[in-house]
Amino acid sequence: MANRPKKARARTPAARGRSAPRRVVVLVATRKGAWFYHGDAARRTWRADGPHFLGHIISHLVLDPRDGRTLLAAAKTGHLGPTVFRSTDLGRTWKEAARPPAFAKVPEGEKGRAVDHTFWLTPAGVAEPNVWYAGTSPQGLFRSEDGGVSWQPFSGINDDPQYRTWMGTVQDGTPDGPKLHSIIVDPRDPKHLYFAMSGGGVHESVDGGRSFAPLVKGLETVEGFDAAEATFHDPHCVRLCPSNPDRLYQQNHCGIYRLDRPSTEWVRIGKRMPKRVGDIGFPMVVHPRDADTAWVFPMDGSTVWPRTSPDGIPAAYVTRNGGKSWQRLDAGLPASQAWWTVKRQAMTADAQDPVGLYFGTTSGELWASRDEGGRWTCMARHLPEIYAVEAAETA
Amino acid sequence: MKVLIPSPLLSYTAQREVEASGATLAAVLDELDRQFPGIRFRMIDEQERMRRHVRFFVNGDQVFDLSQPLRPTDEVVIVQALSGG
Repeated sequence: MANRPKKARARTPAARGRSAPRRVVVLVATRKGAWFYHGDAARRTWRADGPHFLGHIISHLVLDPRDGRTLLAAAKTGHLGPTVFRSTDLGRTWKEAARPPAFAKVPEGEKGRAVDHTFWLTPAGVAEPNVWYAGTSPQGLFRSEDGGVSWQPFSGINDDPQYRTWMGTVQDGTPDGPKLHSIIVDPRDPKHLYFAMSGGGVHESVDGGRSFAPLVKGLETVEGFDAAEATFHDPHCVRLCPSNPDRLYQQNHCGIYRLDRPSTEWVRIGKRMPKRVGDIGFPMVVHPRDADTAWVFPMDGSTVWPRTSPDGIPAAYVTRNGGKSWQRLDAGLPASQAWWTVKRQAMTADAQDPVGLYFGTTSGELWASRDEGGRWTCMARHLPEIYAVEAAETA
Repeated sequence: MKVLIPSPLLSYTAQREVEASGATLAAVLDELDRQFPGIRFRMIDEQERMRRHVRFFVNGDQVFDLSQPLRPTDEVVIVQALSGG
């Protein structure tokens, strides 16, 4: 092997990857439209492309990692009903889904639910190339088998009396409606699914979604409510570790947790966070190659739940040991009077080395770190309120 | 019949005024959806309810029932309700 010609080595896929590094594009969904930020090879400068759908409420914007070209946007406007737009040319052209997520029509005389907005989009694994999942508000689970063109409801969840009880009413959700989110497909097994509901707990299926069961043991609840009841749980964001699919992290209304399967009991790892900061927040981000590393972005969950940076001093926190300890990451971030927060879909990581981190704020700022949170720089200011940030890679 | 389209839906029709036929408001909206796929669901939800911020007027009178009978000479105006933020 030592004498193998350099030319021959250059033809291997790995070598091609090294000679032509993939560029990061950051997909930003806001209350008033969508933007793309195309990075240079070093992730130092970013070219803004947008707005797309100016005036539309974009809840999630996701590029399919399986084909690197199919892009879905969950959209609605203040006046019009919800829909999903698709692009296969990175947003140069868009086409609307033929059948957006919608609940089943109920018989005359019954009060049926209508999707207010599609909140979450998840592409399935490589074994199911055209399959996507969507979570909605009011809470519903949907699946597309044609790349997001047409969507079918999971009646086993959406119309199941027990699940409807766990979903609660509009009063049991977030201020702009209860949300089904954090839909996760086990990369080893497309029939192994998770999703979460705010409120309503975390749920798991091992049969492709024919049946689901709660996965809430170990999670705490507020005000002494019965922790055995899924309805009292409010998971904010759940992530599965790509490098160890048996490990999940969760940012919950009541702390930060880790779950190592096959255990079914979550462990609260946020207790090791500094007391003055606490372990309340929305987003949860996991490292693409190291299951012991994860990031959170704490917010003020005291008194009336301001949902701002604690003391107006924003910071991410990282654990490098599965939650045994946490380090503050605030270099470059405002040192005072910054009263924004980061929503559950608005913080993400790329897959480069070192990992790039990205988050968007409720005040319309987009921040990035090229060194896993060591130093932050502001990529964009004065955007509308940011709802979701995703990092994708293009050739 | 003549149907006037509000500005949020011009991305579907590309024109302010379109022609559609049907014996009821529901039938006219079905016809609109055939001409401009997707437009109906932006106005009418999956339970056949008018969306909260969309209003329908026939010959100047607001209509609340999708089964409202229509004549070929009627004029339908679709309006976005005032709301914002």
